[in-house]
Amino acid sequence: MPVAKVYVTLKDGILDPQGQIIGKALKTQGYDNVSRVRVGKFIELELTGETPEKLKKQVDKISHDLLSNPVIESYTFDIQEEA
Amino acid sequence: MPARFGVVVFPGSNCEQDCHYAARLVGAQVAYVWHQDTDVAKYDAIILPGGFSYGDYLRTGAVAKFSPVMDAILDFVDKGGLVIGICNGFQILLEAGLLPGAMLRNRDLKFICRYTDLVVENNQTNFTNKALSGELIRLPIAHNEGNYYADEETLGEMAANGQVVLRYCDTNGIVTDAANPNGSLQNIAGIVNKQGNVFGLMPHPERAIETVLGSLDGQMIFKSMISAVSK
Amino acid sequence: MAALYEELGLTTEEYTKIKKILGRVPTDVELSMYSVMWSEHCSYKSSRPVLKGFPTKGPRILQGPGENAGIIDIGDGMAIAMKIESHNHPSAIEPYQGAATGVGGILRDIFTMGARPIALLDPLYFGELKNDRVKHIFEGVVEGIAGYGNCTGVPTIAGSVNFEECYEGNPLVNVMAVGLMRQDKITKGIASGEGNVVIVFGNKTGRDGIGGVSVLASQEFTAKSAAKRPSVQVGDPFTEKLCIEASLELIDNKLVVGLQDFGGAGLTCATCETASRADMGMEIDVRLVEQREPNMEAFEIMVSESQERMLAICTPENQERVLAVCRRWGLDAGVIGHVTGDGLLRVKDNGVVVGEMPAHSLADEAILYNRPAKKPAYLAEVQSFDTKALKHPKDTGKTLMKLVTSPNLCSRHWVYEQYDHMVQTNTAVLPGSDAGVLRLKDSKKAIALTVDGNGRYCYLDPYVGAQIAVAEAARNVVASGAVPLAVTDCLNFGNPEKPENFWQFKEAVRGMGVACSAFGTPVTGGNVSFYNEWQKGAIYPTPVVGMLGLIDDVNKRMTAGFKKEGHVIALIGETLPELGGSEYLKVMHKIVAGRCPALDLDKERHMHEVVLEAIKLGLIVSAHDLSEGGLGMALAESCMLSGLGARVNPDSAERSHLEVNEWLFSESQSRMLVSLPEKSMFLFDRIIHNSRVQHTYIGRVGGDDLVIDDILNIPIGEMTSAWRGTLECLIG
Repeated sequence: MPVAKVYVTLKDGILDPQGQIIGKALKTQGYDNVSRVRVGKFIELELTGETPEKLKKQVDKISHDLLSNPVIESYTFDIQEEA
Repeated sequence: MPARFGVVVFPGSNCEQDCHYAARLVGAQVAYVWHQDTDVAKYDAIILPGGFSYGDYLRTGAVAKFSPVMDAILDFVDKGGLVIGICNGFQILLEAGLLPGAMLRNRDLKFICRYTDLVVENNQTNFTNKALSGELIRLPIAHNEGNYYADEETLGEMAANGQVVLRYCDTNGIVTDAANPNGSLQNIAGIVNKQGNVFGLMPHPERAIETVLGSLDGQMIFKSMISAVSK
Repeated sequence: MAALYEELGLTTEEYTKIKKILGRVPTDVELSMYSVMWSEHCSYKSSRPVLKGFPTKGPRILQGPGENAGIIDIGDGMAIAMKIESHNHPSAIEPYQGAATGVGGILRDIFTMGARPIALLDPLYFGELKNDRVKHIFEGVVEGIAGYGNCTGVPTIAGSVNFEECYEGNPLVNVMAVGLMRQDKITKGIASGEGNVVIVFGNKTGRDGIGGVSVLASQEFTAKSAAKRPSVQVGDPFTEKLCIEASLELIDNKLVVGLQDFGGAGLTCATCETASRADMGMEIDVRLVEQREPNMEAFEIMVSESQERMLAICTPENQERVLAVCRRWGLDAGVIGHVTGDGLLRVKDNGVVVGEMPAHSLADEAILYNRPAKKPAYLAEVQSFDTKALKHPKDTGKTLMKLVTSPNLCSRHWVYEQYDHMVQTNTAVLPGSDAGVLRLKDSKKAIALTVDGNGRYCYLDPYVGAQIAVAEAARNVVASGAVPLAVTDCLNFGNPEKPENFWQFKEAVRGMGVACSAFGTPVTGGNVSFYNEWQKGAIYPTPVVGMLGLIDDVNKRMTAGFKKEGHVIALIGETLPELGGSEYLKVMHKIVAGRCPALDLDKERHMHEVVLEAIKLGLIVSAHDLSEGGLGMALAESCMLSGLGARVNPDSAERSHLEVNEWLFSESQSRMLVSLPEKSMFLFDRIIHNSRVQHTYIGRVGGDDLVIDDILNIPIGEMTSAWRGTLECLIG
């Protein structure tokens, strides 16, 4: 069954207070080499039917219309064949 | 004939009864509109109330914009009908593209419920025509995602068109960082669309309509709407 | 290896009784059902014999203990439903979800009875804010309450936050919910009418909290419990909100004969309790229950604690309408069985009987234990501490500032601003005053609500400490202008199998019972939480009192802040040198010892009557109860809440017999700080002289500072910012 893995993150330049807090926490724990943290969402979609091209189009539309808000967020996804 | 207000009920709305009560108190005739209704033409104005539509689990207002009633509301807006979105209602209007910009989580990552001081930046709108220019009002906020964001260009355009209606300010009416509860750009608390018939605001006017609740200032907004549709 | 029944937490005696009831060896499904129903949490097997001493009846009590919530008549055909519950152990393991599901559970108890939830109150007890773990629990609990309560649209209008080392490994998260209803809509959790249909609606059933009741709530709590994380339930406030609306719609349209929520022990509890209350039986098939996960076993479905689920009983004629209402609200709903006349709870799995037992035996026939009680040895030692021997600090202004910025007395706005406390537009007194006040729409009336409980006093004297909890709750309600009506209680104690703990429990219950009788405020139900222990031992015995009061005219509600420059300040009641168990002793001397303040119930009641009379006649304009931090703290709060200063010059007689710290920080009971315009003094004196109560005029409202003789002088602005900033600063 194909599984789409969608990653939604805040666009570059949009303040991410959650990421900042995690970044600060890591600093206080001594992880000096972590220069930036961004928090996002990971969404898994189990899919059926459709050809790979159609699936790609469909997941792109779902990600654009519902899973992300294009004003502040961007997304990427990949579709994998899983048992 | 009294102005006819429709209050939309989404699954998870929780201020619909408060809005119903407030609009009735200032003299409107009010009815509930179910999220699956497909016609709102019989109303003079529509209220999208606060709450947590669909739990706001994905993103505030994100799922509600796909409700059947939202198609009817798009149509209603096209024909010039008045729509006010309060708190979650504002978030839905942003998600639906009826207003520019988007909401981020509050700067301090906490839900905030308290009274705020606001300055009326534009009293020439359908929603603030009963206010004085620059009038200071007190309304409560109660939200987790009220940190308003729009890009530079949009902000410039909104300023040029007088679309920013309410800003958070201090008790003297000065717009300061300290008076900004949630990190909103330029202390923005409420905006209208270019056509002036869609208004979104984070503060809750329906919670400030009687002295027993601590403020009467919310009445101004509903009365302005009644006045606008009675013309 | 231990026998299965032992693994499930049943004793050999209980197992023998089950065999006798059934006349055979129980099936695994039956055994798991008995184990959850006969756990301490569900059966109250240790506490029930003791709780019989509570006064539970009164002319206004429409429903006492035994149902999902108590119901109180407030006139005009309206009633208030209320109940308090604990979610202590789940909150220690997973603070956010533990607190959130605690809110969910108590809300269901309210709307199940046909009342719309109108308020939440949260008494919380944590360790001292010194390490990250305590901070994590504190922040998580507050966020969990906010996350759940805010989403369901029920305002959280009052509560308390307490910090004390004894709660470090075992925080107390108690939640009280209050609902408003018409008296003709009262709905009970009963499965009456043979042939009636049994419906489950709400969320699907998953493997949440399997064994949660017996494993989580009724076993002594250790660090090992962190490994039990998978059995913590996750809350879904959105579905809860839909359950509220669907349930109230079902009741409004008279579509159900009974309604019950799923609490601890899940489907087992909901089915056997509803059948047992109606003296009926029930037959269900677990495969008809909507399941979230594949391959769930019958016993898992029977004991799952998945949240946001409801059980409805309706006539076959109404079945389709009930299902339609639930589905309209987007909820899963399905028929799982029917009511029978044989008194047996019959559980089938795809048509095959896997369990059959008398409903009564599950719900009501757990073996009750008369636990041995023994007065703890520590009491004699702590009570012998003499506060007269204390060396007091010289700078009293500094001392007051220390108290104002102490974790237990500083402003709680950091907490309550995370709670939506204004939704439903009834909140007539915002959080921060003595009690939360809600106006009732379409009526002149209002209700006042508060929660109180001082673990420190109860540690020093559980009998008097518990009485003080009731007295202070009543005093808070009175200070808001309300007549106290009724109580709901949450009794948080250690392991009852230890005689010392059980003695504390018995003494506290006895004290509460006597106090509730004295104030005419019956106990309408509540919750007992035992086994609150961690590696440093048991928590302080902490009985928490939730109190309801009624205000006839909302415009006569009273708040704690001073109102106007020039008003006269009066102290009602008598100040004795009582520093035992005080906040002063803890903050300035790091000592928890001595005798807790004495309480004269008659004197307390007379004081309430006088204050209510003065409010009714419109004589006083502010009222604030004196409690932790004593007169000094009460003066500071009345100033800070109003932004007004005060000049205090008590005559020497008032404090001749007292050291200045005793005078300012004693926590003597039955006292109130009020302010009034000068023109009201004559009448005010008259009503006081006709009573047994004493009062002293101690100063006037005015200026920008709190000035007490030549003792201290503190600017209100400075004091307020320190007071408001403390909590945030401590969390860091």
